[in-house]
Amino acid sequence: MTSSASALGSVLAAEGSGGDGFQAPTIAEFYPEPIAEFSILGVAFEITRITIISWIATAAILALLVLAVRKPSIVPGKMQYLGESGYSLIRDGIARDVIGPKGLPFAPFLASLFFFILANNAMSIVPFFQISPNSKFAWPLVLAVIVWVMYNWVGIREQGAGRYFKDAAVPPGVPAAALILVTPIELLQVFVIRPFTLAVRLFANMFAGHMLLVVFSLGTVYLLTVGNFSVIFSPFAFAMALAMTFFEVLVIILQAYVFTVLTATYLNGAVEPAH
Amino acid sequence: MNILAAESANPLLPPVGEIIVGLITFGILVFVVIKFVVPRFEQVFQARREAIEGGIERAEAMQAEAKAALEQYKAQLAEARNEAASIRDQARAEGQQILEELRAQAQAESERIVARGEEQLATARQQVVNELRGQIGTLAVQLAGQVVGESLADDARRSGTVDRFLAELDGMAAGSPDGRTGGATSVSGSTR
Repeated sequence: MTSSASALGSVLAAEGSGGDGFQAPTIAEFYPEPIAEFSILGVAFEITRITIISWIATAAILALLVLAVRKPSIVPGKMQYLGESGYSLIRDGIARDVIGPKGLPFAPFLASLFFFILANNAMSIVPFFQISPNSKFAWPLVLAVIVWVMYNWVGIREQGAGRYFKDAAVPPGVPAAALILVTPIELLQVFVIRPFTLAVRLFANMFAGHMLLVVFSLGTVYLLTVGNFSVIFSPFAFAMALAMTFFEVLVIILQAYVFTVLTATYLNGAVEPAH
Repeated sequence: MNILAAESANPLLPPVGEIIVGLITFGILVFVVIKFVVPRFEQVFQARREAIEGGIERAEAMQAEAKAALEQYKAQLAEARNEAASIRDQARAEGQQILEELRAQAQAESERIVARGEEQLATARQQVVNELRGQIGTLAVQLAGQVVGESLADDARRSGTVDRFLAELDGMAAGSPDGRTGGATSVSGSTR
């Protein structure tokens, strides 16, 4: 039984016992019962519904991409055109335009990032899955840490460790007196805040989106079954659930794009010495 | 993790196992995309760029070729025009020459015809003169014989008279180009 279903169960139970009103969904939404549990080298693994969803999403986007490049030709077919459009958006629109001429080698990584986030975000509105793995902090955290390691490594490689850390701590053109404020802020920003906000932005969007959808969906059911005149409000809750679903589509695409653009911006800062 | 435990869980502190699973999932995607998907896309982009550039190059080459051909045709046309003009000039000159020649030939022919006619005329006249000379002699003798009777029958005298008359006649003919008139004059003269 999924957590949403158990929440639905508790809504119906509350109605049955004539009890204590609407049971709002809780954080338990995001902690479904594990399907399998095992331990390797002392690390506990839980394979849950959300883990499976992540695999399905990743496998699906990979299948689409491989299908797109299965028979590459100069005049693309439908699948190839779709794949090319997605890849070109990242390669030309982000890697080349945000990072510059040095950005093209990062295009494959940025494209992987974009496709992964997009596919996993999309699971939040796919029927029967309806929860995004990115609403579990582990996924955005993994991505953000990879990005963090990458841009620092690129910065050290391109500018040299001394130059890179010095520029990060002491931005050029800042008056010496202001450094007492600027240096801690800059260091905190580059090495802590950037990866943290990157991860939290994606996580919070998907988390909140899922909560909104669940609240309005359960609300629709509750209002239908509570058994008095509040039935007439049920369609409003349903309309809101629909509207939030469309809004979620926007968030899915936008967050994938924003994550990729910000990654490219950080990489740009690492590739080009600060002015 | 059961639901009661989840109630107290901090969503910002994910379990390590979940992080590892996410890492592996993303790692697989990155591997496939970098290893298989992007190279194919880049290959297609490259092929497309080359196809377009090749097409432009081919079009430029074709245009240059067409231009060269046009130049060549123009040159050939000008040459042909020049040639035609020179042929025309030559033909005109030749025609002129042929005309001159024909004219000269005709002139010569006509001159020749005129000359022969004159010659024939002269011959005929000589013939007539010779013929007339004999006849006139005979006639004159007959006439004289009839006029003076038998007195002049003597051959010797008669021939002397005739010879003298003819010599007189010849002298008159040499004096006047018109033999007939001269003859007639001589005849009338000898008659007197």
